[in-house]
Amino acid sequence: MLSFNSLVSICILYVLVLFAVAFWAERSAKAGRVRWLNSPITYTLSLSIYATAWTFYGAVGSAARSGLEYLTIYLGPTLVFIGWFWLLRKMVRIGRAQRVTSIADMISSRYGKSGGLAVLVTLLAVLGTTPYIALQLQSVTLSFSVFTNAGTGAGTPNTAIWIAVGLALFTIIFGTRSLDLNERHPGLVSAIAAEAVVKLAAIVAVGVFVVWGVADGPSDMLARIEASPVADTPLNGARWLGLTALAGAAILCLPRMFQVLVVENSDERHLATAGWAFPLYLLLISLFVVPIAVAGMSLPGTGDNPDLYVLTVPLSLGQDALALLVFLGGFSAATSMVIVAALALSTMVSNHVIVPLWLRSSQDGVVLSQDMRKVALTARRVSIAAILFLGWVYYRLSGGTAALASIGLISFLGVSQILPALVGGILWRGATRLGAALGIGAGFLIWAWLLLLPNIAETGGLMPDVLAEGPWGIGWLAPDSPLGLQASDPLLTAMVLSLGANTALFILGSLFSFPSPLERLQGAQFVNVFDHSRAVKGWTGAAGAADDLRIMAQRIMGDDRAIALFRNAAREQGRDGELPEPTPDFLDHLERELAGSVGAATAHAMVAQITGAASVGVGDLLAVADETAQIMEYSSQLEAKSEELAQTAGRLREVNAKLTELSVQKDAFLSQISHELRTPMTSIRSFSEILMQADKVDDAARTRFSRIIHDESLRLTRLLDDLLDLSVLENGRVTLNMSEAQLGDVLDRAIHAAGAEAGDGITLVRDRAREAVALWTDPDRLAQVFINLISNARKYCDAAVPELVISVVDTRQGLEIEFADNGSGIPTRQEALIFEKFARLDTARGAPGAGLGLAISREIMARLDGDLVFVPGQGGATFRVRLPARALKAA
Amino acid sequence: MTVNHQPTSAEPITGRDAGPGTVLIVEDESNILEALTFILSRAGWDVRGHGKGDTALAEVARVRPDILVLDVMLPGQSGFDILRALRAEPATRNLPVVMLTAKGQAQDRDHAMGLGASAFLTKPFSNDELVAVIKDLAPALTDRPAAAGQG
Repeated sequence: MLSFNSLVSICILYVLVLFAVAFWAERSAKAGRVRWLNSPITYTLSLSIYATAWTFYGAVGSAARSGLEYLTIYLGPTLVFIGWFWLLRKMVRIGRAQRVTSIADMISSRYGKSGGLAVLVTLLAVLGTTPYIALQLQSVTLSFSVFTNAGTGAGTPNTAIWIAVGLALFTIIFGTRSLDLNERHPGLVSAIAAEAVVKLAAIVAVGVFVVWGVADGPSDMLARIEASPVADTPLNGARWLGLTALAGAAILCLPRMFQVLVVENSDERHLATAGWAFPLYLLLISLFVVPIAVAGMSLPGTGDNPDLYVLTVPLSLGQDALALLVFLGGFSAATSMVIVAALALSTMVSNHVIVPLWLRSSQDGVVLSQDMRKVALTARRVSIAAILFLGWVYYRLSGGTAALASIGLISFLGVSQILPALVGGILWRGATRLGAALGIGAGFLIWAWLLLLPNIAETGGLMPDVLAEGPWGIGWLAPDSPLGLQASDPLLTAMVLSLGANTALFILGSLFSFPSPLERLQGAQFVNVFDHSRAVKGWTGAAGAADDLRIMAQRIMGDDRAIALFRNAAREQGRDGELPEPTPDFLDHLERELAGSVGAATAHAMVAQITGAASVGVGDLLAVADETAQIMEYSSQLEAKSEELAQTAGRLREVNAKLTELSVQKDAFLSQISHELRTPMTSIRSFSEILMQADKVDDAARTRFSRIIHDESLRLTRLLDDLLDLSVLENGRVTLNMSEAQLGDVLDRAIHAAGAEAGDGITLVRDRAREAVALWTDPDRLAQVFINLISNARKYCDAAVPELVISVVDTRQGLEIEFADNGSGIPTRQEALIFEKFARLDTARGAPGAGLGLAISREIMARLDGDLVFVPGQGGATFRVRLPARALKAA
Repeated sequence: MTVNHQPTSAEPITGRDAGPGTVLIVEDESNILEALTFILSRAGWDVRGHGKGDTALAEVARVRPDILVLDVMLPGQSGFDILRALRAEPATRNLPVVMLTAKGQAQDRDHAMGLGASAFLTKPFSNDELVAVIKDLAPALTDRPAAAGQG
């Protein structure tokens, strides 16, 4: 066995190697030689901090005690990496797009940069992680004692403090070197990756030794397992399900996992490799757990603590070198976890607690960014030291009792309270700050009351009556039996209660509250992160600024314009096909272009922020740009809407005008009818009154007056007939009497009826040969049209020798019959009026007829599927009657 | 029937044989013109007829009637326009004008009275009604120097 001192020397040596790795990695990164550092394997290995000393040692212990249950701790993350890969990818993308620095920052950023939420998550993380750090210190100390004093533990109380101090130094040196708070830590990650290799090598080496050294190969090993108590341990379905879910939640929510998974991620593509490589790592590290446990249980001299079988199995068989490797593996598991956890927690504590407090207390509100950084770095360093100190204090207080071992799962459940707000915030735009705060707060309280406080109380032997009977004797509050449930499994009970209440309050709180504008904006940024961010590929230097500029320009100016601008600039710089260098000329030009969209001041600020010293993150600026784009889109939508409204209003106005016009027309029509009726009635009344006084009228006058009365009565009758005719035609209720007729015959009838046949006043010119057409029509109605046209010519043709030419043309569309007189025609301005009712032209005053003739004729032709039009520009008045082709009977 | 009452005098209407004066009828419907001419002539008036709107004003100036009977719907120029022109002219400002219309709408009457028509008759009307209106307006003739000489 190794002496304590040599073991310490080996540890120091090992740590020095880690320092060397870290330094080398940092130097390489700075020099730009990042190939190995920037590999997906390094990323995957760094994820293995999930497997801490607790799992390194504890998995074997758990297998010895509870059979295969330990697998759940590996199963959860495996399922997440395979089944929820898209969620991981989204988290990583959001982390990059928003420059998230921690899980607390992620939650706070999603819910409108809420300081309160950040503090709440930070508190939760610290409370959940500190005991976990204590657990690591305990396992290292324990492994020390196994090696040196074979379990007496004497002479090692100071081991833990030295380990804590060493880890604090390492974390401070490699975690807070950079002045840029957002930068990743290549040195630290490289060291962790190296430790991951040691960890895996150690456990696999023991496994191989057990299978082939202790047993005679795999088949013998399987037989031994078959015979061991491990095989008899019954599986508890509910607990399996619960623990698997818990482990899956933890890998998403553990601050240290978030640190390596999201914050330290340098290339989104690495995640794809980790998607299969990390589950494979977990498989390898868990592969030999059962064989080692079985060996530990069957071999003599392995001690009574199954958690140390990994170490005691090789020791009991004299394999000191192997045991040393295992020791280093456990040491690696513990230190890597503590380092990353301390880094992640210190970032949260300094960013969300110390710095805000310092800002609030500083006298002059103006803070120079340089001061700011100094404060932030100091805060981080102090935080790291404080967290490790806290972990050590917890370890000392708990005194290394067995209760500490259960802290792992308790810690898992604690940080899992972040899950609803995290996943909800990524997937659901409706999630609000209130919902997140209520959910996390409630889950936190329930978890703390049901698991954390009892654990601490038990550790310190405090308040046993409160645990069993509740505070002030309120039974349902008793952590041992919450809500009166006699919990057979306190962890599962607490898990269902805390996460159930958490999720329910998160959803209800979100549904019943309204997000602030910033929350809405951030919600959109998170949920739709793939729509407005690009995948991060590799570490970028100056090109990064150009790329950021391009993205910002695209968001503000639109893709086409921005890409064209950048392409032209690159061409001018002789960098065709690449991004332009952010030279002052180019920046000036870009700024002017941007100013056109967002105004000069904003454009200047944006460009300056991306290229120069920035106290506002690029993410904030991009968020502003996105917001602007959204507002612009919204306003263009509004514009479209108001245009639509204007069109509707315009249509309404048109309809209204039409209705008004119709109403005016109706009034005018009634007024016209009144006039047409009253005029003959006036004559009739006057003359009849004269005739009633018969003595005063001579016979000649009496005869004359009687004739006038008679004629005016006929005029009235004709008018009424026309009105009724028109009404019937317009309403479409007319019955057509279709029959076969010769066009010539119809014309003859019409000419006779119009009294024009005797050459009385007007000469008719006809072409009888062409009139020899057989028609299928309503001959009476057609004759009515002809009569009207001939009468009009007779009445209104003002030529010295009036003449009416009736011509017939057979066209493809049908038969056209034209009536052209040789008078002065119709004044152009009145052409549009002639088919209106009562549209007697000024020149036609005094002529008999009510002015309904053409209106009626046109209606008749419409009923006969033809039409009647005025043919302008013919000298005299020319009307054309058209009959449809189907009215022609095949001759 | 509507009458704008001019200042009336108690003086009795002169006998029909004496002839109350000249009436000009502007009406485009020849039958109506014939009837009105017959009625008013029988009542003792010297009746002149005219059938067009656009030349009506010239006819008024030429005939210088004591009373004008004016149809609204006239070819060329409407009765309203003619009335408006008459009222704008000092010589005819006080000429009694009886408007005739066949449209029978209230706004026509209001329009006519607003323009200064002395009376307004809607067709068809009774002969007695027309004669009464004309008689009613006749006392105004006494203001005319020529008529005063006769009285």
